[in-house]
Amino acid sequence: MKKMKRTVKTNLTAWALLAPSLVFLLTFTVFPIFRSIYLGFTRYELGMMKPEFIGLKNYVDLFGSAIFWKIIGNTVAFSLMTVIPSMVLGLALASLVNHKRKGVGFLRTSFFYPVVMPMIAIASIWMFIYMADSGMLDQFLLKLGMQPMNVLSYKESVKPAMAFMYVWKEAGYLMIFFLSGLQNISGELYEAARIDGATGWTAFKKITLPLLGPTLLFVSTIALTNSIKLVDHIVIMTEGAPNNASTMLLFYIYQQGFAWFDQAKASALTVIMLVIMLAIAMLQFVKSDRKIHYN
Amino acid sequence: MRNKLIALVLILGIITMATIGAAGGQEAKTSEKMELTFFYPVMVGGPLTKLIDQLSLDYQAVNPNVTVKPVYTGNYDDTVVKIQTAIQGKNPPDFFINLATQRFSMASTGVAIPLDGFIAADGAQGKAYIEDFLPGFMEDSFVDGKIYSIPFQRSTMVMFYNKDAFKEVGLDPNKPPTTWAELVDYATKLTKRDAAGNVERYGVGLALNSGSAQWGFTGFALQNSIGGKNLMSEDGKKAYFDTPENVEALQFWLDLQNKYKVMQGGIVQWTDLPTQFLGGKVAMIYHTTGNLTNISNNAKFAFGTAFLPGNKQLGAPTGGGNFYISAGISPERQKAAWEFIKFATSPERLAQWNIDTGYVAPRASSFDTQLMKDYWARMPQAKVAFEQIPYAKPELTTYEASRMWRILNDNIQSAVTGEATAAQAMRNAQAQADEVLKKYQ
Repeated sequence: MKKMKRTVKTNLTAWALLAPSLVFLLTFTVFPIFRSIYLGFTRYELGMMKPEFIGLKNYVDLFGSAIFWKIIGNTVAFSLMTVIPSMVLGLALASLVNHKRKGVGFLRTSFFYPVVMPMIAIASIWMFIYMADSGMLDQFLLKLGMQPMNVLSYKESVKPAMAFMYVWKEAGYLMIFFLSGLQNISGELYEAARIDGATGWTAFKKITLPLLGPTLLFVSTIALTNSIKLVDHIVIMTEGAPNNASTMLLFYIYQQGFAWFDQAKASALTVIMLVIMLAIAMLQFVKSDRKIHYN
Repeated sequence: MRNKLIALVLILGIITMATIGAAGGQEAKTSEKMELTFFYPVMVGGPLTKLIDQLSLDYQAVNPNVTVKPVYTGNYDDTVVKIQTAIQGKNPPDFFINLATQRFSMASTGVAIPLDGFIAADGAQGKAYIEDFLPGFMEDSFVDGKIYSIPFQRSTMVMFYNKDAFKEVGLDPNKPPTTWAELVDYATKLTKRDAAGNVERYGVGLALNSGSAQWGFTGFALQNSIGGKNLMSEDGKKAYFDTPENVEALQFWLDLQNKYKVMQGGIVQWTDLPTQFLGGKVAMIYHTTGNLTNISNNAKFAFGTAFLPGNKQLGAPTGGGNFYISAGISPERQKAAWEFIKFATSPERLAQWNIDTGYVAPRASSFDTQLMKDYWARMPQAKVAFEQIPYAKPELTTYEASRMWRILNDNIQSAVTGEATAAQAMRNAQAQADEVLKKYQ
């Protein structure tokens, strides 16, 4: 009896301590997720007081629409164009500044600088760089005697142009993770390798990369989910133009919900996005768990 | 066990108190003074907020019993979302401004009420009030024959042209192009290339980004259609995209870019176009009258404004925002909102609003005021917008208007980027539009 009383007391204290964060999580994360799942099965348009249950119709409509698949394609293409380059660049930058030398602090700060700026500001600046004819890029091309490209207005160039901008911003962010990963690798390993005659590229391949395994896994997950979660730059730069060549999943959700006032479709799309995100996280953690060397 | 119970009681207590507290705010209004909430689509702190604040203060000075509280609700789309949220919370704004093109949605969803009752109650005065609005603006206030909105901040498209560039190539700076053929001719002369063949200045510029292409296209469609027929039926339930005339209009755009090479290829942004014009990179642009102040403040050359060049006839699109009164509030409040709307749309107020903002005053008598005459004396380029109104018609307006805009924009862009021919693009647009509108037929 006494023992049970104590257990109750301990539990109660635990719950009380958890309560504040639990309340916020439930209100702002758990509840919206379940509400989105529910709304995804309904019709809920402008002026309707209550959603009306329609089963899977939203999903059937979406899967049957060419624009939806185009947008999924765009999102995948954009991820491919950004994740690997930003990781490679991030790792390169991290290796570059992973020394104790004069001026390294300044270099680290400048590489990290784009991360601090909000995406909205970056997109506004890059819009001027990419501006047709009078923008910096086109002026530069003209000076070199080439034709202006007007990159944002063609379906072939709009995604690479945005990806380039995003890699520039994201690499500094990923650099920080790589840097902390690199600094966790003991210097003795490199010393031992040097005695055995392995330097430079071999050391990087045989020591740095394997030991960076956990960091690589973490960074790739972050980079992939980040690239899918992007929306601000599209609102600023193109609104999905031309003909949805730059519309990504999150921007489409925003359009459905806040420009066309179709909350149900927006919710269905949110659920699809949630499933994709969960799948990425699961896949990466389950599949590659065994291949990684934890220090 | 007891502790758990106490905790539960405490939590319940907090929730109950919070609920009572929230409800308490509603009960407090017992005075006979009335406070009306007015949703106005502008960013908080934007330059127009000062003018709107002043408008509500001026009204209160004349009507001490009624306070109008403006709430600044972001852009037009944000405003609709906020109205929707407010309605679901059973606390709608008393009246609001939104796009004229939203009226079908506002009516069919029961968000706004028809205003014919108020107009009839005002008798002869009410009739004269409505008749004073210019038809090009008043036309898109109707849903099924009833008036759902009152024009307020309206705009139309005009041509801005660089008079110095005209002189430079030997064109008369006081004779802007009046037809499509002249447009091509003038634009060809005005397009300037360097020795290497790169374009230094384009003849003509149009914004083709999402949200702008459909507006400009309305003008070209009106100029080319049979009898000036618009892109949609008056009841907002049908779109007429794939007519041979509209295909021609789109083909004309493509020709300006690809055949005559007098307009920049690809998609130029709406906001970039005035910058390019001011920088001398393009000699004639199609843009809103709302840009007049910007251009006259920043142009380092003499500029003129002109009617949009016609083809089969003259034509231009109108756009902009109207007053709506909410359903779901008491008749007294609706009446009070109506009185405020009449105050805000008096000829002098609208004339002043025109001068301050660049929107075109939607009432004929505003243009007889001394205010407006003085303004035209200062800024003769402003007169064109008013003179063109008899040829202007509403922009694309149907049920689910924003979705329809997107459809037209996407397909125009598909033709501009070479994914589809003009005919294919308009056919696709028609099919997608029919799909959206079929549930209203």
